[in-house]
Amino acid sequence: MTMKWKGWALATGVLTISAMAQAAPPSAAMLSNACAGCHGTNGGSAGPSMPSLASQSKEAIVEAMKKFKNGERPSSIMGRIAKGYSDADIATMGEFFSKQKLHATNQTVDAAKVKKGAGLQESNCGRCHIEDGREGKDDTPVMASQWLPYLHMQMELYQSGKRKMPEKMAEKVKPLSNDDIEALLHFYASVK
Amino acid sequence: MTLDRRSFLKLAGAGVGAAGLPMIGRAAELMPKGAKRVVVIGGGYGGTIAAKYIRMMDKSIEVVLIERNDHFVSCPFSNLYIGGVIKDLNPLTIKYDKLAANHGVTVVQAEVTGIDPAGKVVTTSKGTVSYDRLVLSPGIDFRLEEMKGYDAAAMEIMPHAWKAGPQTVLLRKQLEAMKDGGNMVMTVPLAPYRCPPGPYERASMVAHYLKKNKPKSKLIVLDANPDITSKGGLFKKGWKDNYEGIIDYRPAKKVTEVEPGKMTVLIEGLEDVKGDVINVIPPQRAGQIAVAAGLVGDDKNWCPVNPTTFESTKQAGIHVIGDACVAGAMPKSGYSANSEAKICAMNVVALMNGKETTEMSGINTCYSYITDKEAVSVAAVYAVKEGKIIAVPNSGGVSPADFSAAKTEAIYAQSWLKNILTEMST
Repeated sequence: MTMKWKGWALATGVLTISAMAQAAPPSAAMLSNACAGCHGTNGGSAGPSMPSLASQSKEAIVEAMKKFKNGERPSSIMGRIAKGYSDADIATMGEFFSKQKLHATNQTVDAAKVKKGAGLQESNCGRCHIEDGREGKDDTPVMASQWLPYLHMQMELYQSGKRKMPEKMAEKVKPLSNDDIEALLHFYASVK
Repeated sequence: MTLDRRSFLKLAGAGVGAAGLPMIGRAAELMPKGAKRVVVIGGGYGGTIAAKYIRMMDKSIEVVLIERNDHFVSCPFSNLYIGGVIKDLNPLTIKYDKLAANHGVTVVQAEVTGIDPAGKVVTTSKGTVSYDRLVLSPGIDFRLEEMKGYDAAAMEIMPHAWKAGPQTVLLRKQLEAMKDGGNMVMTVPLAPYRCPPGPYERASMVAHYLKKNKPKSKLIVLDANPDITSKGGLFKKGWKDNYEGIIDYRPAKKVTEVEPGKMTVLIEGLEDVKGDVINVIPPQRAGQIAVAAGLVGDDKNWCPVNPTTFESTKQAGIHVIGDACVAGAMPKSGYSANSEAKICAMNVVALMNGKETTEMSGINTCYSYITDKEAVSVAAVYAVKEGKIIAVPNSGGVSPADFSAAKTEAIYAQSWLKNILTEMST
């Protein structure tokens, strides 16, 4: 393979400067590391309004970026950034983040709300937000350990209609009270 | 690492070199080099990330991070402190202990006094350190020869506050001590300089403070540039909506001389402007250590680099990242430095192991506060095209002109800071 030869040539200094100018196209880590300034190293966020990307499925990332790109999902800055990447780039980044382990956060949550939320999760959301939100069915995002302020901001976008709920989610959310939703968010924030 | 760093530094600090001889005349070796070593100079937005990511990607490479201070204060958000929006600099301050504990970065607190590119040796106040590759993230220094009268003593009277820390605290104290009805003058150098929107965010934060606390006071901005250099439309709208009659913005006014005794600045010998508080942001170049090492280009100011590896085009084996380098379309910002550091780290690891390098992909995101509750942003994605770093067409750009996202962006900006400083310090 040419790469092996190039490696040997680079190591031994045989390769000329012009040949060295050839570099491989951006790898998964090259593309994804650039996101970490805002989303944390390997996608584990320390900022309460930024979601962790670590352990999201490839499908969830691809779906989110597609919607940021075409404006279907409202954003301040993500739409502008998503437009800078090809579909192939985005799939590569999705794969990178899907391989990172869940970023467990330590947040102040209300124990009573967590308990109530756990019950609601099982009966209402568990079919798509599987494993208590540690995983997601198809393109369903991972909810576990996301920061409460982020979860609140997204829920507000859903309820105002600015972010469109998937049909199945809308069916389940509609009968829930605000207190129920609050309890669910506390539950997801507490899962590690 | 087999070497016990702590006892070693103690030894060096006691004036005994690696060879056990007293350090007289020339500096002794601080720590003998093993198989593979990268030295990183500068513990700011670029250096910390380069050091950490090299260790994350290849534990067989010893990484020595040399920084003169035991902590770092972020320039991003320091304008909010000056404007009284945040109470102290603690949320902007990081230490280096976790980079050592979590990633095995060897942190040396010392002043770098020289670089020998041919011998691959860095000389520091504590002794010499050899390297296989050097990553330099020195930030900026000032072109004082272009600002007559602005010496170290003048900086204590007319602070620049363009390196965060004591200077930032001094400027805020002066602003607080100013009488209601007093005027603050701020000077902006010709681009390129560190943080293109920084001066205008500072103007916004100062005006926010004046509006609240000193309603009879004004801020005069003397900008050497023909117009606002970044997020121009947004700043203009923000100032009109919030600070009409407070900010007196004067473009194409290049301050070339200061008279601290008279609290006056001079515009190209033609016009003088008095202030009760004067914030001089002087013209800038790459940090002095980069200039001394022969890394600046024909402009004598900034360091040209290979757009894939960020290796200097002037000296082999030395990589330059952050404000000091010329990174094509990437601005001199904290986030750019973070992104460049990762690109550089990946390719330094490749070069150290004789592997193929990888083309860059980078991002810049930058928030500026207009009021205490509203911020605007600029973002871009960068790639290499025909050997140059360009912003990917049809992407990036600034916030909506109607400020519809400004309140949300003020919230996101705080998480921006939290995440980027956490990346640098853990």
